[in-house]
Amino acid sequence: MAPIIEIKNIGKKYNITHERGRYIALRDVIMNTVKSPLAFIKSKTRKIVGLEQEEEYWALKDVNFTVERGEVIGIIGRNGAGKSTLLKILSQITPPSEGEIILRGRVGSLLEVGTGFHPELTGRENIFLNGAILGMSRSEVSKKFEEIVEFADIRQFLDTPIKRYSSGMYVRLAFSVAAHMEPDILLIDEVLAVGDTEFQKKCLGKMDELTKKSGRTIIFVSHNMITVEQLCKKVIILKKGRIDFIGPVKEGISKYLNPEHGGSNQVSWEGVSGAPGNDIVRIKKARVHNADYKAQDSFSVKEKIGVTMEYEILKDGYSFSQGINLNKEDGTIIFYSHDVVTERPENISREKGLYSSTVWLPENFLSDGLFSVGAIIFQPNPFEVYTSPFSMLFFRIIDGSGLDSSRGIYSGDFPGIIRPRLEWETKKIN
Amino acid sequence: MSASTLIIRPKKVFSSRDLWELWIYRELLFFFAWRDLKVRYKQTIIGMAWAIFQPLVTMVVFTIFFGKLANMPSDGVPYPIFVYVGLLFWQFFSTALSDTSNALISNQAIVTKVYFPRLILPISSVMVKLVDFAIAMVILIGMMVYYGYMPGIGGILLMPLLLVISFMAAVGGGLILASINVKYRDVRYALPFFIQILLFLTPVIYPASIAGRYSKLLALNPMMGVIQNARAALLGTAPVNWLLISLSLIGTIIMLSLGLYVFKKTERYFADII
Repeated sequence: MAPIIEIKNIGKKYNITHERGRYIALRDVIMNTVKSPLAFIKSKTRKIVGLEQEEEYWALKDVNFTVERGEVIGIIGRNGAGKSTLLKILSQITPPSEGEIILRGRVGSLLEVGTGFHPELTGRENIFLNGAILGMSRSEVSKKFEEIVEFADIRQFLDTPIKRYSSGMYVRLAFSVAAHMEPDILLIDEVLAVGDTEFQKKCLGKMDELTKKSGRTIIFVSHNMITVEQLCKKVIILKKGRIDFIGPVKEGISKYLNPEHGGSNQVSWEGVSGAPGNDIVRIKKARVHNADYKAQDSFSVKEKIGVTMEYEILKDGYSFSQGINLNKEDGTIIFYSHDVVTERPENISREKGLYSSTVWLPENFLSDGLFSVGAIIFQPNPFEVYTSPFSMLFFRIIDGSGLDSSRGIYSGDFPGIIRPRLEWETKKIN
Repeated sequence: MSASTLIIRPKKVFSSRDLWELWIYRELLFFFAWRDLKVRYKQTIIGMAWAIFQPLVTMVVFTIFFGKLANMPSDGVPYPIFVYVGLLFWQFFSTALSDTSNALISNQAIVTKVYFPRLILPISSVMVKLVDFAIAMVILIGMMVYYGYMPGIGGILLMPLLLVISFMAAVGGGLILASINVKYRDVRYALPFFIQILLFLTPVIYPASIAGRYSKLLALNPMMGVIQNARAALLGTAPVNWLLISLSLIGTIIMLSLGLYVFKKTERYFADII
């Protein structure tokens, strides 16, 4: 059977000039033309003749792959790698600039949960509206209505306008409608990043069930390696608009988390957009460094490693503590560790301002390999997470031997994720 | 190749597939219209009463200023009913035109996240106005009873045709404006002004006869044929002018084709520039 999706030489070009002038006023265009008609004609002819070229930016270039029926493919890549553009082209929101895609089946796209939800309408009304927007017929929605309500767990609020819903209820309802559509090909963009963990698990379960039962094909874009690994057998890594890797999920993820692949030992966020956090606290910078606070890509097993994060507290009167999670290259969490707070909450409230926290991983603790670090900033009591980027930083540990290491004089294979140098007591008892 | 096979390519021209898609997505068309009606009904205190209030009050104000104070001629019928027939069609056309031209911008969040034939948005905004038209029509019937006008069966049968012409004119004009509006955001500020000027170029508050020899020029405006003939059909101000209707119809078809062309040409880039 022919593959369900064939993507041939897809490219998407944006003109930088287009991007800059987000709101072009017709007034300005007319005025400029009237004021200096000569300049206008000159620039037009130059463009036509080809002397002057508009600055182009290829968000995607030479993308080729095929997807077989029933496959679940993850697409990973850093910001700006072209993941979302690819999904937008596949879902026909924007056309490609070159190439061709053949889709042999009905396509459903879920680039956002609750697209088209209207705050004034009730839950019931929104289920039908959202269903129609997602391409379901009314009879299809009616048939699944009970299931949708059941899954979202909002029965008693069915006739309440959704502007009165909590954000959790909103997301549950939105996802529930989406999960019940039955396209042959489902495109999903990072939507699982919302909602509480419990519900996320439920959604993943539902999606897993759907793929196994009805052989649905899914293309899934995510930053969360754990979800990708759970759902997908195959991944595609996009890098600067091109396919960098396509293959088994394990191999792809470990390649992706590799510092040489673009993962970095330090990150910083300018302004608010993209910076992890909320309106109480926002992370500004983070890095992994050596004992002299110098950022480093790789460390010897015998080195002490520091993780420092700078964050800005934006509101007074909240209490804070912070922690990190250390992950294996495939996204498995090795541990979580936080600054243990024993004080009463009112004693640990911090005022507004820029803060920096550093935590030290001892020498002779980790084995050689690739690791990633995530942060968590939370309110200790009652426990509430402000922000928890799962993996922000990447670093490598290089093997080392010597009497000051855990190896001692042994130089052979040394398995294990951690490699602590422990204290031994040996005595002759007989 | 099965029916559900879809090929995405860079260039897309208007094809029969577009009409087919509109048919597939017809439910969504009604859902959008239904949403707009429902939301308006919920958000305003007087809700649907607005549809009655607006033409009625406009009619009263126009009657006082143009009918009484300015002594505007009205082809021998009472001025209130004369102006109301004009307003009925004019308000349908003008509100539809302005809503249509904003249809893409106001649904921006949906346009950038989901695919459906974009034509649905402008068309559904015009459909919403059909409901207002129907409500305003009820008042007209009341006024006709009050003033003792009884249209012939031919006159009543002409109304759907006139409504179809107005519908196409609003969609055609709206499509052009909607396409420009996506790119140039200041269009929406110029539009109310433009529509106001258009009101005076359409024989709503005056009979076309007072324009004298310039009335031929007015015939370029498709809404002129609609309003003149609506009066002729319902109030018997003159015999139905088939030439004028044909002109309106041709003008509207040209407008609609142009609108479709411009819209389809820019449609592909809506999500990129919106």
